[in-house]
Amino acid sequence: MGGPIDLPPPPPPPPPSFSLKTLKLKTKQKELLLRVTILCLVYILAFITRLFSVLRYESMIHEFDPYFNYRTTLYLTKNGFYDFWNWFDSESWYPLGRIIGGTLYPGLMVTAAFIYWTLKFLSFAVHIREVCVLTAPFFASNTTIVAYFFGKELWDSGAGLVAAALIAICPGYISRSVAGSYDNEGVAIFALLLTFYLFVKAVNTGSLAWSLASAFGYFYMVSAWGGYVFIINLIPLYVLVLLITGRYSMRLYVAYNCMYVLGMLLAMQIQFVGFQHVQSGEHMAAMGVFFLLQAYNPSIPHRFFLKLKHMEFCWHMRSSCHNSFYFLGWVKYLLSDTKLFQAFLRTTLTITIGVGGLAFGVGMASGYISPWTGRFYSLLDPTYAKDHIPIIASVSEHQPTAWSSFMFDFHILLFLFPAGLYFCFKRLSDTTIFIVMYGLTSMYFASVMVRLILVATPAVCLISAIAVSATIKNLTSLIRTKSKALHIGSSKGNMSSKASSKTSFDQSLPFGIKTASALLLGAFYLLSRYSLHCTWVTSEAYSSPSIVLAARGAHGDRVIFDDYREAYFWLRQNTPPDAKVMSWWDYGYQITAMGNRTVIVDNNTWNNTHIATVGRAMSSYEDEAYEIMRSLDVDYVLVVFGGVTGYSSDDINKFLWMVRIGGGVFPVIKEPDYLVNGEYRVDKEMRYDVLACVRRHSVSHNEYSSYGFRYKLSYYRFGELTTEYGKPPGYDRARGVEIGNKDVKLNYLEEAFTTSNWIVRIYKVKPPSNRW
Amino acid sequence: FFYLVRVGHPINYYLQFVTRFYIHFTAEQVVYMAIVGSFPFNSFLSGVLSCVGTAVLAVCLRIQVNKENKEFKDLPPERAFADFVLCNMVLHLVIMNFLG
Repeated sequence: MGGPIDLPPPPPPPPPSFSLKTLKLKTKQKELLLRVTILCLVYILAFITRLFSVLRYESMIHEFDPYFNYRTTLYLTKNGFYDFWNWFDSESWYPLGRIIGGTLYPGLMVTAAFIYWTLKFLSFAVHIREVCVLTAPFFASNTTIVAYFFGKELWDSGAGLVAAALIAICPGYISRSVAGSYDNEGVAIFALLLTFYLFVKAVNTGSLAWSLASAFGYFYMVSAWGGYVFIINLIPLYVLVLLITGRYSMRLYVAYNCMYVLGMLLAMQIQFVGFQHVQSGEHMAAMGVFFLLQAYNPSIPHRFFLKLKHMEFCWHMRSSCHNSFYFLGWVKYLLSDTKLFQAFLRTTLTITIGVGGLAFGVGMASGYISPWTGRFYSLLDPTYAKDHIPIIASVSEHQPTAWSSFMFDFHILLFLFPAGLYFCFKRLSDTTIFIVMYGLTSMYFASVMVRLILVATPAVCLISAIAVSATIKNLTSLIRTKSKALHIGSSKGNMSSKASSKTSFDQSLPFGIKTASALLLGAFYLLSRYSLHCTWVTSEAYSSPSIVLAARGAHGDRVIFDDYREAYFWLRQNTPPDAKVMSWWDYGYQITAMGNRTVIVDNNTWNNTHIATVGRAMSSYEDEAYEIMRSLDVDYVLVVFGGVTGYSSDDINKFLWMVRIGGGVFPVIKEPDYLVNGEYRVDKEMRYDVLACVRRHSVSHNEYSSYGFRYKLSYYRFGELTTEYGKPPGYDRARGVEIGNKDVKLNYLEEAFTTSNWIVRIYKVKPPSNRW
Repeated sequence: FFYLVRVGHPINYYLQFVTRFYIHFTAEQVVYMAIVGSFPFNSFLSGVLSCVGTAVLAVCLRIQVNKENKEFKDLPPERAFADFVLCNMVLHLVIMNFLG
């Protein structure tokens, strides 16, 4: 009985089984593993969900603008950076040419070329086109990683994970970053989010290194997209808001100053941007806030609101050892008299503000500081473009957004956004103020222009992620504490009094455990519906390469119309290399990229008069149009016609825009001349008589030559074609009517090529007849 | 942006001198441009912005190094100085490219 009590021998270790427990991880490491796994899966998901069109059709570039980007990237990889930077292109905008090196945003092309060179260095022999096609999904995946870090900075890592998952599949972002959509926005949204994240980190830590990083992020954004104006206006606005709400701190001073000076310098290296940072009205806000920060005295708001003598005395005492730095403080040290110093303060402030205002006013009045340009001004005043700049108004992406578009692109995020705003206001900090401002301003701009839903998407995803994460966290912690309380209560029977008091305390909380789990299930259901919706939207709406059309045949099989590429390759192979092609500006980039021929106008739309000349040629009679074409040296005319296939965005439907744009420069073209009772028609009710009597033409002209040029080119020989069973020949399937004049004869052109579905028609301009 | 750090510290005098010098230099450049005209505008801008930039960076360094600033308690002065040097290097590289 005196010896030590022998413990029973320890049980043998359990046989190894494949579970996470055998890795013997601590909780922190388990959490890290979980997070890394989730992020990897989200990364892969963001990439895969954008590959629909590559799987369905082939790996090709979509739409119009990406073809220009592709062509420039090709040039960059072939000729090197120096030639690319100084490139003058004589193949577009004949006879003016275009200084490409100075009028594009090189970020996207340089990025793709860099990836291509890296892969080549690693001995992967890929074609540059594949790199271009897959650049956007790759950067979308990178955006999810940045969103994770941003969410972590905002709230916690849970919100970061949800933000990454939401932004990976959000349709608002997918619309401009599918595989094949090789456009500036694919890279620019990554740069935008990166710049914002780095700046917020700089404000939080106050270190120069983060500010330098954010300046580099801003430089990348400026090189990638014209939307950088949003950054250079949002950040000063944010600084102003922080100043007004009394959250000024030295970290803010350090972060903003470093970022502004370095960012501005770096941005001016891009030729297209040039000196706009000091000369354009859109960038003046940043400069104004920069000067304001230098002179800012953080106790001024105090002095305005509390005009008590002892407060002034306290301020006077504090300032000698306080962190309010300002030029005036130094002067104050020199003049040790309060009254004299206050007089000095007043005079210098008024003088500085006066001089600044005067300089700004003189700059604006003399035109040195240019006012807000049309594209950005129409964001502030949405009716501006319609009256003054028809080219901007004609682009369908620039129209105001309907609610259905918002729902389509955001789904549940639309009502999670206000919920997230509520959470942000509950926990106000410098970071949450920023995201609230970003969200609200970007939502305003998204409602003005459909295209800018893209800019609002990261903000909406982040704020909704906060809402989702906070709610789910609250619910799960509720469930956990409730179940723990019950568990404790049941296992320790002799502490029943304590347990019962605990359970009674828990029941005073708003939810019981059943309600909480029901709510949690509801939240998961919503999230699953969201992902289903996003995948459906991506598959149906955003994965079509506009250059290849698909439809359902009579037996339900898929019919592919590859007419565009057919026509461009015909051009490439059957026309002389110096041939000039006239078409509407939509197709310019594609013709230069794929057909490799000179065009008169293309999508850059930098010269309105040139486009108006083409529009005038399309709207007049054939003889006038012939004169215009001779003056422009045109050899071929390209027309897009959808009457046979029912393709509705062809040139006949765009005709009114040609008239408007042409009429904007040449008043001889009036829009009402082309309308019947205010409507635009091509059937029998066309305006025969007005067209005949408005223009004087000689008697020898055939009476049918009095119809507009556009009409003749589209409907040449169409009257003989039967398009639909049971309808008369010459039935236009896109307009749904039978055309008025079926017997179209061309005097100055001859038909060169019509594609197999009559979508693209190419005509050769005949040289003038020999004089006799 | 003149904040009086601990009087007598030698780095304080140096930085004060440097910032005052840069302001004077900027003013001189602006006056020169007003007289001669701003044709190589990029050169003018790069000159002015290099002055402003270095002044701003010097001020930021002083703020970060000053022991009385509670917000920067955890930042070791060596790190602040390293950041300062890095930013200055980038600034001058860009200026040299911009000078034309």
